[in-house]
Amino acid sequence: MQTVKMVITGPFSAGKTEFIRSVSEIDVVSTERKISSASEKLVKEATTVAMDFGRITVDDDLVLYLFGTPGQRRFDFMWEILSEGMLGFIVMVDSTRPETFREARSILEIFHAYAPTPYLVAANKQDIKDAWDIEDMRHVLRLDTKVKLISCVATDRDSVKAVLLELLYSILSEMENGEK
Amino acid sequence: MALRGNLRDFTISQLLNLINLANKTGTLVVEGPSETAKVAFRDGKLSYAQMGQEDSSLASVLHKAKKLSSGQYKSIQQHAAHISDKELGLLLINAGYLSQDDILTDLQQHFTDIIQRLFTWVEGFFHFDNDSLPPDDRISVRLDLENLIIEGSRQMREWEQLQDEIPSLDMALKFTDRPGTNLRNINLSVEEWRVVSYVNPRNTIRQIASATKMNDLEIRRIVYGLLQAGLVETSRFGGATTMAPKVRVFPSEDKGEQRSLINRLITRIRSL
Repeated sequence: MQTVKMVITGPFSAGKTEFIRSVSEIDVVSTERKISSASEKLVKEATTVAMDFGRITVDDDLVLYLFGTPGQRRFDFMWEILSEGMLGFIVMVDSTRPETFREARSILEIFHAYAPTPYLVAANKQDIKDAWDIEDMRHVLRLDTKVKLISCVATDRDSVKAVLLELLYSILSEMENGEK
Repeated sequence: MALRGNLRDFTISQLLNLINLANKTGTLVVEGPSETAKVAFRDGKLSYAQMGQEDSSLASVLHKAKKLSSGQYKSIQQHAAHISDKELGLLLINAGYLSQDDILTDLQQHFTDIIQRLFTWVEGFFHFDNDSLPPDDRISVRLDLENLIIEGSRQMREWEQLQDEIPSLDMALKFTDRPGTNLRNINLSVEEWRVVSYVNPRNTIRQIASATKMNDLEIRRIVYGLLQAGLVETSRFGGATTMAPKVRVFPSEDKGEQRSLINRLITRIRSL
């Protein structure tokens, strides 16, 4: 059985767990712990401490694992471990919380430094009224025009599929460019 | 869609950069601790600015710039309060008292001063109103934002914020591909030009700092300013040994099999 993996990363409460949950054939394996920080409690009730883990069986011979990184910086020692051997990664950003954009930018740079793999940025919660416009987010996140910035609703399976497919297209494209 | 937030999370430099790059038209409203600033833009260029309830009339601006005496200013206020700035400007030009350039220069300086004051604000809600334009009776200007952004970045002092923006000095820099931006039209300090002369994907920021004898704070401040103005962007260091994954990405080394694997993934995801 062959296995490949993708990593879903991003700031705290950007929607990583929901993203994986939307497409995983297994219940997302998370280690829930009580939030220790009062400010984190204000944002959501439960958070993952270790990592999220989801699975998509492709066929008898191939499985795709989706790993979600813990969002809090105090667990960033896990990022390097999780990034080893990944096909590519997705940086989730909560479009309604501009105070997290700087953190998202920082995470993107760190992961990009870990491994030169294709990646894209998913602007989550685009269905919410207060969501920032995609192109404004591109400027604030200082994303090159070549970097894909995709609108996303992590609780919507079709939306999540579209994001995963865009990453796969990027991986394919890079492979083809590498062969030229 | 909602371009709004708090200055705690975005500096004025970052907002100006966004407005510049996105060629926005509209008014940025910033609610400070004791007053509200309104800054209007047209196609990404500064058009007009108003700070709180301060008098931003042309007469007031010219008086502050010492182009009108106190007596002249008072007289205009008393006898010509009903005429618009545009009419007053034309009267002064036709009377040979001031040139159009004089008036525009003083207005630009006045609006620039307001932006400079905004750079000191670290807290306050802001929102961008796409539908709001400067009052019709006021004179608009057309001021490029790049220099203002660089100047604002020069004022940034918080070491932690700089570290956040540029977490690693082991990245390289390269010039952005922005048509219409000519480095020769940008006013940079000697130190900034020195850094610009080293911008090359083969040089890390750390190496540039060493060559220009700058410390971590100094180089971060300068690079931040150049990043915010959209003149440069970070890139992976061309000569660096990027950390090879200890675990293989693909089960097979064969390129054909790798491509096939990706295509199988695509087919499967589509079928979900």
